[in-house]
Amino acid sequence: MKSKWLSGPYILWMALFTLIPLGVVFYYAFTDSVTGAFTLDNLANIGNYLPIFLRSIWLSIFATVICLLIAYPVAYYIAHCKPGTQRFLQMMVMLPMCMSFLLRTLAWVALLEDTGIINNLISAIGLEPLPLIRNNGAVILGMVYNYLPYMILPLYTVIMKIDPRLIEAAQDLGCNSRQVFSKVILPLSVPGIVSGITMVFVPAVSTFYISQKLGSPGTILIGDVIESQFKSAYNPNLGAAMSLVLMILIFVCVGIMNRFTNDEEESMVTL
Amino acid sequence: MSQELIRLTDLVMEFDGERILDSINLYINDKEFLTLLGPSGCGKTTTLRVIGGFLTPTSGDVLFDGKRINDVPAYQRKINTVFQRYALFPHLDVYDNIAFGLRIAKLSEKEIDERVTEMLEIVSLKGFENRKVTSLSGGQQQRVAIARALVNRPKVLLLDEPLGALDLRLRKDMQNELKRIQQAMDITFIYVTHDQEEALTMSDTIVVMDKGKIQQIGSPEDIYNEPKNAFVADFIGESNILDGVMLDDYLVKFFGRQFKCLDKGFEKNEPVDVVIRPEDIDIVPVEQGHLCGTVTSVTFKGVHYDTIVDFKGFKWLIQTTDFCPEGSYIGIRLNPEDIHIMHKSEYSGMFGDYSSYSAEYDEIADAEGGEDEE
Repeated sequence: MKSKWLSGPYILWMALFTLIPLGVVFYYAFTDSVTGAFTLDNLANIGNYLPIFLRSIWLSIFATVICLLIAYPVAYYIAHCKPGTQRFLQMMVMLPMCMSFLLRTLAWVALLEDTGIINNLISAIGLEPLPLIRNNGAVILGMVYNYLPYMILPLYTVIMKIDPRLIEAAQDLGCNSRQVFSKVILPLSVPGIVSGITMVFVPAVSTFYISQKLGSPGTILIGDVIESQFKSAYNPNLGAAMSLVLMILIFVCVGIMNRFTNDEEESMVTL
Repeated sequence: MSQELIRLTDLVMEFDGERILDSINLYINDKEFLTLLGPSGCGKTTTLRVIGGFLTPTSGDVLFDGKRINDVPAYQRKINTVFQRYALFPHLDVYDNIAFGLRIAKLSEKEIDERVTEMLEIVSLKGFENRKVTSLSGGQQQRVAIARALVNRPKVLLLDEPLGALDLRLRKDMQNELKRIQQAMDITFIYVTHDQEEALTMSDTIVVMDKGKIQQIGSPEDIYNEPKNAFVADFIGESNILDGVMLDDYLVKFFGRQFKCLDKGFEKNEPVDVVIRPEDIDIVPVEQGHLCGTVTSVTFKGVHYDTIVDFKGFKWLIQTTDFCPEGSYIGIRLNPEDIHIMHKSEYSGMFGDYSSYSAEYDEIADAEGGEDEE
């Protein structure tokens, strides 16, 4: 009984700041902005923004894959260091997370701008300045930089927990080091890969600041559109509908990922 | 039976300057059940890991079928291992765990299926093919681990304290099972344990180790009846170990009395260790006794009583089915075959005195084993 009471504050918090706002989003999404009457127009209008939805998803997938490719070797390396080194490297991974998200993105602007640090250096040695900013590449770079730690940490945790005896057992049964990796280490890291992907993809797909600073009007993301509906276009009903659709999209993605973890025995071993 | 398969010559293993194995010389015959026996930290697991290819010796050679295999990695050796606490792959079911090695060897699915099915029968796990290994009991996981190793038809199976995590009853069953499997498969087993009874029950040959050195190699009977030094005498079974002097062949003196014995070949008047097994001592009325003493404690052990008797301040353990109450004054007789003489060694004086006897002696010996030796 006691434990029930202890969870009371959280349940209250959830109700006030999660469930009720969600209800409000639902309400807005299905009502007209002027009359307040029930309508499906908001959802129907989302069709116009389909390319932006697709671009958001495409860029986020791209950033997530890059994160995974960078993070896996890093996590593997950290997990095999001495405990002291591990703590230090882990801190180094987390250090950028302590800095403000906005500041980190602005720092990239200062680096990549046409008159930024990198281009200044390039001009100084007599080369043409490069178009480093206001393109998809810069947006993806911003996403990778900001969300990389969220990929490294779950991977590191999972890889560190793999029993070294399992690796010896695999060697004992005839695996060379490549096979040890593909037959044992990789399948056993799947839970870490799945949570890493989720933790990078979900915030990346709904991000809005990165594309504003590092992208161009042509690389606008769904997060930016939602933001503008509330802040400049004054159509919160459309914004709410978009949020709703985005949320459903994320649920679907997470659901697919979780299916993947449950089926890991069957699906990953045949890799 | 007698063809040599593995030979270790002058094997030395050092970690951070600490000598874990000190010139190990050992040969292992084909189809033999050999046990490395010793307390934790004696180097038995390290020896096994060197044979398995998980450690490269600091110096010395490992020969397999006459060829030096020091630098052959584990995955290329015709040796498989049953690991301490099994190390089954948690992401695979029972069938896929057992099939693992065969899939790596790229056998046809048909042959894999035949061999896995055959193996499941041998370890009595039919019907468990698709169970998750994490849902199995300790004994069942043990069987999967054995099947996973044996299905590859290795020439040698290494077993690292495989029964350590099982309860006593299951352990006894598995001992018989392992011996049966070894004979059925007709291959070499190298078995590591700290449990002397396990070693005596299953082995053809026992290698007793302590402090990184081999103390004695022999059949279970040899090791028990003719221990080479006080360590072996104490570690294998219980022993009363006394200081004595060898007066002549077949004549030893201890406790101020001369006894006939069956040992010879010692120097005249050489100081020796005298071993008397607790179960060999006959209790007789005082007037017929070679030695007389007072019973200071009696513990019921089921089959026998552990009786501690004080002889002139030196306490002996006697295992007898005759009950002698505490405080009674009794005599004992020693026949020549009850007395075993050993040369003095670095272990002399460290073992075989039951002055600090506690009824818990065997439990204490068990508790220190296994887990901590990595």
